Amino acid sequence: MRQARPMRIACAALAMAAGAALCAVPAVAEPPRRVVSLNLCTDQMAMLIAGEGQLYSVSDLAVDPHSAVLVDEARKYAINHGLAEEIFLMRPDLVLAGTFTTRATVDLLRRLGIRVEEFAPENSFDDIRDGFRRMGDLLGRRKRAEELVAEMDRELAGLRAHPRPDVAVAAWEPNSYPSGNIAGRMGLTGMAKLPLELLILSRPDMVAGENPHYAAHSVAQDNFVHPAFRAAVRGAVSVPLPARLTICGGPFTVEAARMLREAAASIPERR
Amino acid sequence: MSLLAVRDLKVRLGAVQALDGVSFTVRPGEFVGLIGPNGAGKSTLLRAVLGLVPAQGEITMDGRAAAGMSARERAARIAYLAQEREIAWDVPVETVVALGRTPHRPAFAGLRDADRDAIEQAMRRMEVDGFRQRPATELSGGEKARVLIARALAQDTPLLLADEPAAGLDPGHQIALMRLFAELAAEGRSVVASLHDLGLAARWCSRLVLLARGRIVADGAPEAVLTPQRVREIYGVTAFFGTAAGGNVVQPLDLAEPGGDRPS
Amino acid sequence: MSGAARYRLLLCGLGGLTVVLFLLSLSVGPAAIAFSDSVRALFSDQSDAIALIMKEVRLPRALLGLMIGATLGLSGAALQGYLRNPLAEPGLIGISAAASLGAVLAIYSGLTAMFALALPLAALAAAVVAVIVVQALAGLHGGTLSIILAGVAVSSFAGAMTSLALNLSSNPFAAMEIMFWMLGSLADRSMLHVWLAGPFMITGWAMLALLGRSLDALTLGNDTAASMGVDLRRVQMLAVFGTAASVGAATAVAGAIGFVGLVVPHVLRPLVGARPSRLLPASALGGACVVLAADIAVRIIAPERDVKLGVLTALVGAPFFLWLVYRTRRRLA
Repeated sequence: MRQARPMRIACAALAMAAGAALCAVPAVAEPPRRVVSLNLCTDQMAMLIAGEGQLYSVSDLAVDPHSAVLVDEARKYAINHGLAEEIFLMRPDLVLAGTFTTRATVDLLRRLGIRVEEFAPENSFDDIRDGFRRMGDLLGRRKRAEELVAEMDRELAGLRAHPRPDVAVAAWEPNSYPSGNIAGRMGLTGMAKLPLELLILSRPDMVAGENPHYAAHSVAQDNFVHPAFRAAVRGAVSVPLPARLTICGGPFTVEAARMLREAAASIPERR
Repeated sequence: MSLLAVRDLKVRLGAVQALDGVSFTVRPGEFVGLIGPNGAGKSTLLRAVLGLVPAQGEITMDGRAAAGMSARERAARIAYLAQEREIAWDVPVETVVALGRTPHRPAFAGLRDADRDAIEQAMRRMEVDGFRQRPATELSGGEKARVLIARALAQDTPLLLADEPAAGLDPGHQIALMRLFAELAAEGRSVVASLHDLGLAARWCSRLVLLARGRIVADGAPEAVLTPQRVREIYGVTAFFGTAAGGNVVQPLDLAEPGGDRPS
Repeated sequence: MSGAARYRLLLCGLGGLTVVLFLLSLSVGPAAIAFSDSVRALFSDQSDAIALIMKEVRLPRALLGLMIGATLGLSGAALQGYLRNPLAEPGLIGISAAASLGAVLAIYSGLTAMFALALPLAALAAAVVAVIVVQALAGLHGGTLSIILAGVAVSSFAGAMTSLALNLSSNPFAAMEIMFWMLGSLADRSMLHVWLAGPFMITGWAMLALLGRSLDALTLGNDTAASMGVDLRRVQMLAVFGTAASVGAATAVAGAIGFVGLVVPHVLRPLVGARPSRLLPASALGGACVVLAADIAVRIIAPERDVKLGVLTALVGAPFFLWLVYRTRRRLA
């Protein structure tokens, strides 16, 4: 996903102006008709962008309410478990995978003659935009992808209208996803993945993080009940940011941003 | 032609000169008792002859230099009975004895008739054929010793080197073992056995080699080697010397200087 | 029945079971393919869907199950015989830990994304380095204890480096991929893996097979064996390099699969009269049966949940081993 960024920006600009996407995309005669996605993030992107009947199958994570946003939508598709034989039987003409999908499976699918396109995990809103555009190119649905990007940009602009640089957000999540980044984009000061001591010292106004709804307990979530932590965040506004909003990049990331922004609004302005 | 000729054998183990110029010859038909106090170098001597420890000096077998021989050629000439009676796995007695045929069998070959005969004879001679299928871990100490000796016999070599073969055996089994070695000598083979029991050595061996501090002190007939003075000097004990029932009797009695330091 | 006849019967039985399990492994998978169709597809020249599935998806998986199982069983028996210790297992000389480290580094550095087979090649390279280190540490005159100590040292070091890689991995996806790979799996392996690992495994088998006679002689201890003409240095080289080649390749393509090399020789030893040379082929066949059966089980028991092969062998192997120990203790008491 990091290939030829300047070119991407140039292409994106062209595309936005002319609505044609011809660069950096292998010449495809016609858009794929039977797409299978193996990765949660590509699942969700594809579900948003693909045309009627184009997407055939999504991964089993897409119907997991803790990880995925478009759970109801995902139920309409066939569910796959990431095994080459199973996917081969679906006779896809395009498979979407993550760069960290099991190597053996991706290699074997290619060996079986199936086209596999891989998407790297997203770390910023720019990555999200690039991902959408590339997905749009792959599926021959560039227009739809641009619509989604534009919509996301509008909402982000709205949220950025009133920046609150005085509000410090500690982004505290069991995963190491940089949601502090999101906070930073909101004109809030973002701090991601803090050690407990620094958290206590920094006296955040807001703490954003996952509600420990998972049945399985993890060490990362122990911090939520540490007495020092409780004392440190006593005055702060707690923003429960469900992980499903931040695992993958997409319009729902804006939802996370909005939650942060609304919570910040409840904090009286200082200085 | 001598079965084994050793000249000026020197072995250094760490900082200690374990053998310091040992020379002797073994001819067919001899039952040689290798005696000497603890730490004299008896085990080291046997192991050096077999090439198990690095040594300087000349070792020849049947006139051929041992250094030029492959391990298998050496194994076809000398069988070795180690002091540690190790049987690592729960194999039946017959398998243990059959191991003695290892040097004679070409790779991946099964047991041939000659092998089977040798094994059978060895087992019968040591009277272990009665429990040939019993697993090794179920043998008593004496039975185990007999089985291991049968293995060495099955190897069918002109020379047998045994490191303390009588240790841990009851008097009956000890004497039976001595008789066996004497019989082997009478058949034209030779046996070199290291022994602690002076009585057994004096009575059954045709020749004694007395080793002390890495050197041969005496080498000859038992009467010539085991003199009261030597016994006192080397072992630090007094002993009774006599004859009974047609053989020598040597019975250690007491420390030469009770309460004093032993010469060593 | 004589010992030799019983042994032949055992080998035939195990061989037959291996063939049955191999065919069963070919017939398990998400695609519902009739058995006769699947066998025909294997030999046909067509490239229709069924033939492609059979030749490129199921056949390599079954072949690898067979070969890796045979490797683990054979090397386990060889090491137990060489070290004269029934607790020895193929990982003892540090090769599997090193191979895992190689694979982990390949994932961590992103090499795996660059070309197929990057991972197994890296793992193999690490195994080669490890065996050279082990052999150098132990020396040619070092006995079995030196080999064990060197192996433990290499294992510990490789394990520490693997933990470090996991620890420093800023990318949670990479960390998860590493973890899942290390659990051991045969899923979605291709014929490329077979061609890569095959020659190494076969070379390793050949070296280990030569050990039979010497291992028998070693029953009586190092000195006695040497006095019977066994070349102890040759035995050490064959044991170490044979294990390294075969187990290194096996770990490189499938990750760490434990307990097979420990338990299979243990179980079969009484059935071959405890003779190390007889245990070698028996363990190879037994190991093949166990891994094939386990690989069939992971596909049948929970096809959607992708239970890893190494997890299953550990789940079954550990309690089984405890039971073996308990039984042996009662016998010895």
